[in-house]
Amino acid sequence: MTASPLLSERASPSACPACIAAPSAERLAAGAAPRDARLILSLPTAHCAVCITDVERALHRHPGVRSARVNLTMKRVSVDAEPQVTAADLIGTLDRIGYEAHELDPGLLSATETDKRGRDLLMRIGVSGFAMMNIMLLSISVWSGAEAATRDLFHWISGAIALPTVLFAGQPFFASAWTALKAGRLGMDFPISLAIVLASSISVFETMHSGHHAYFDAAVMLTFFLLVGRYLDYRTRAVARSAAEELAALEVPRATILRDGAEVVVPVGDLVPGDLVRIRPGARIPADGEVVEGTSETDRSLLTGESLPVWAGPGVVLSAGEVNLTGPLTLRVTAAGRDSSLHRMADLVAAAESAKNKYTSLAERAARAYSPLVHLLSFSAFGFWMWQTGGDLRFAVNISAAVLIITCPCALGLAVPAVVTAASGKLFRSGLLIKDGTALERLAEVDTVVFDKTGTLTMGAPEPENLADLPPEALAVAAALAEASGHPLARALAESARALGVVPASVQDLREVPGYGIEGRWGDVRVRLGRADWIGAEPGTVTATHLSIEGQVPLSIRFADRLRPGAEQAVRAFAAQGKQVWLVSGDVQGAVADLAQRLGIADWRAGVLPQEKAALVRDLTAAGRHVLMVGDGLNDTAALAGAHVSVSPASALDAARTASDIVLLGQDLTPVAEAVRISVKARKRIKENFGISFLYNVIAVPIALVGLATPLAAALAMSLSSITVSLNALRLK
Amino acid sequence: MEALTYSIPISLLLGGIGLLAFFWALRRGQFDDPKGDSERILSTEFDDKPKS
Repeated sequence: MTASPLLSERASPSACPACIAAPSAERLAAGAAPRDARLILSLPTAHCAVCITDVERALHRHPGVRSARVNLTMKRVSVDAEPQVTAADLIGTLDRIGYEAHELDPGLLSATETDKRGRDLLMRIGVSGFAMMNIMLLSISVWSGAEAATRDLFHWISGAIALPTVLFAGQPFFASAWTALKAGRLGMDFPISLAIVLASSISVFETMHSGHHAYFDAAVMLTFFLLVGRYLDYRTRAVARSAAEELAALEVPRATILRDGAEVVVPVGDLVPGDLVRIRPGARIPADGEVVEGTSETDRSLLTGESLPVWAGPGVVLSAGEVNLTGPLTLRVTAAGRDSSLHRMADLVAAAESAKNKYTSLAERAARAYSPLVHLLSFSAFGFWMWQTGGDLRFAVNISAAVLIITCPCALGLAVPAVVTAASGKLFRSGLLIKDGTALERLAEVDTVVFDKTGTLTMGAPEPENLADLPPEALAVAAALAEASGHPLARALAESARALGVVPASVQDLREVPGYGIEGRWGDVRVRLGRADWIGAEPGTVTATHLSIEGQVPLSIRFADRLRPGAEQAVRAFAAQGKQVWLVSGDVQGAVADLAQRLGIADWRAGVLPQEKAALVRDLTAAGRHVLMVGDGLNDTAALAGAHVSVSPASALDAARTASDIVLLGQDLTPVAEAVRISVKARKRIKENFGISFLYNVIAVPIALVGLATPLAAALAMSLSSITVSLNALRLK
Repeated sequence: MEALTYSIPISLLLGGIGLLAFFWALRRGQFDDPKGDSERILSTEFDDKPKS
């Protein structure tokens, strides 16, 4: 008691930026005139004390930043800064010290940041915990033999503490029981509320009549343990939801349109057919349309899984979701919003989702079996004792209340949340985010794994394969040309050349020809790097760029997609677990076959359309298999939504992440296989916990039924079972 | 039995102080980042005075 104020005082300097940041943020929100920047960045890779210090130190050093505070639980940092500071600056700063960061939309996040509901639950836990301890002190005196007036006094004091506590702390249960009741259902919360109310009112009655037994301690203890379970449950969901919101906040969809010759930025939703949209290199195409000006190449791997860039020029029709690679394009919108191909894909997802039958969680199944049984038991105990004692109402009600209290699902209420919290905490630490509470249970049932190729098993980032075969001179020229281009292939080439220690040749008059490549002058010779048809080389079947040096035979530089780290381990681990592994891609035969062979996947399909992917998943499901779909593209979305459980990497498109149950935050794919193992264990623990609760009821219920249950027995059994269940959950390795 | 007349109010008062302290800590956001707080204790970055 004496140590704690000291400790908290000593801790305050380091905890201080938050106490200062929080009120100032509130003042700002109240509406001070020149608004300071309040930025929130997501930090998926932060995990330790060093990360906190590094990030905060770097941000504090950034000019214009007033305060920065990392929240490691949520993996994000909130920054208070002067108005001119932008998120992009800060992301750059963090990138230089090796931390990946994404901007988040503070508007979307406000609800989870203050976390009102979580605090509210914690407050109720605090109140009921306080009441429980005080009442327990008094109850112990009663159990150890306080008599007559003393006992009554103790009961009265207990009641004075317990009644307001129960009224305040029990509200979440009462409210949810009432909503369920109005909807005509008996949820888990109805027996809980009934037990709390009955225990309290009987105790009041007994106290008034100087009875021996009062159940105030049981009523409060019940509330306390169940609130803990409720809080754990909430916590898991809040973390998942806030992270899902973060991901949704990552992309702010806007388009630049030409209106009367001027560029105007509008939300993508406001585009109408006929608008002229400017698309800069590197930007995503916001709506279906036809190119009217400019040439470039587009990357449609997210849409179709194809890894080869596609040429685009006047007259070419592009779909929403493709990424413009080299030159600026002007597009006349032919279909936007509802009619666009993006939206048609979303319809496909909706169809797949509605076809997926709703999964009933273990907890729901337990509650469904449990509620009627408890009421039946309690009611028949009442009836039996009314008959047996010849109408002793007080005794009969006492017994039926004791039955309700004893059977009340303290352990049952903790059985699932405790395990899910332990498991999802473990998975979160290894970089997996469970978006849906039942995903863990579904993951445990998986027996078939379907992988997408581009962007999932591979990084979706090409790497030159045959640089070593090139003459050193040509390599130096290629490096020089590649350095000057923003094309992904050129950038990959430049990077690899740098890694090999190639010194770029001195090439002058560099000029990018959008959609074709880049050319320049090397001494007196014209050199080009780009598409095969532009250079005059034979077009191949694999991703490649071509180098021509005037007067020499053109050279091809082939690219292969880099394997995602952990892909091999994940596939091998799944195979070792005895799961059937599929590789399904929209890419060409050659590339898919290569990868399948490299990873040892026997079942693979190439050139698959989005509908066919979804159909494959559906067929497997119809054949009685539980499919885990891992994918990232728009073309995977329908399959992700239709699968028993689905995982997508954080780099995936919005729609894919929304459709999947689990999001992989890091780059490494290994945790996916690990997650399946953990989920199997977690499921086992949940079942064990149900077993423990059941066993405890089997022992305690007969005691209550024959009328031997004292408040002491109820308190003992309740706390023992709750603690056993929680400890069992912590055993999860 | 007279002892009860003070010991009970005292125990309630002490418990109540603890409860108020908990409310205070909750409102000041001290439970917002449990994981970060447990790591921050290892950080050598602190100063003797609260930052203003």
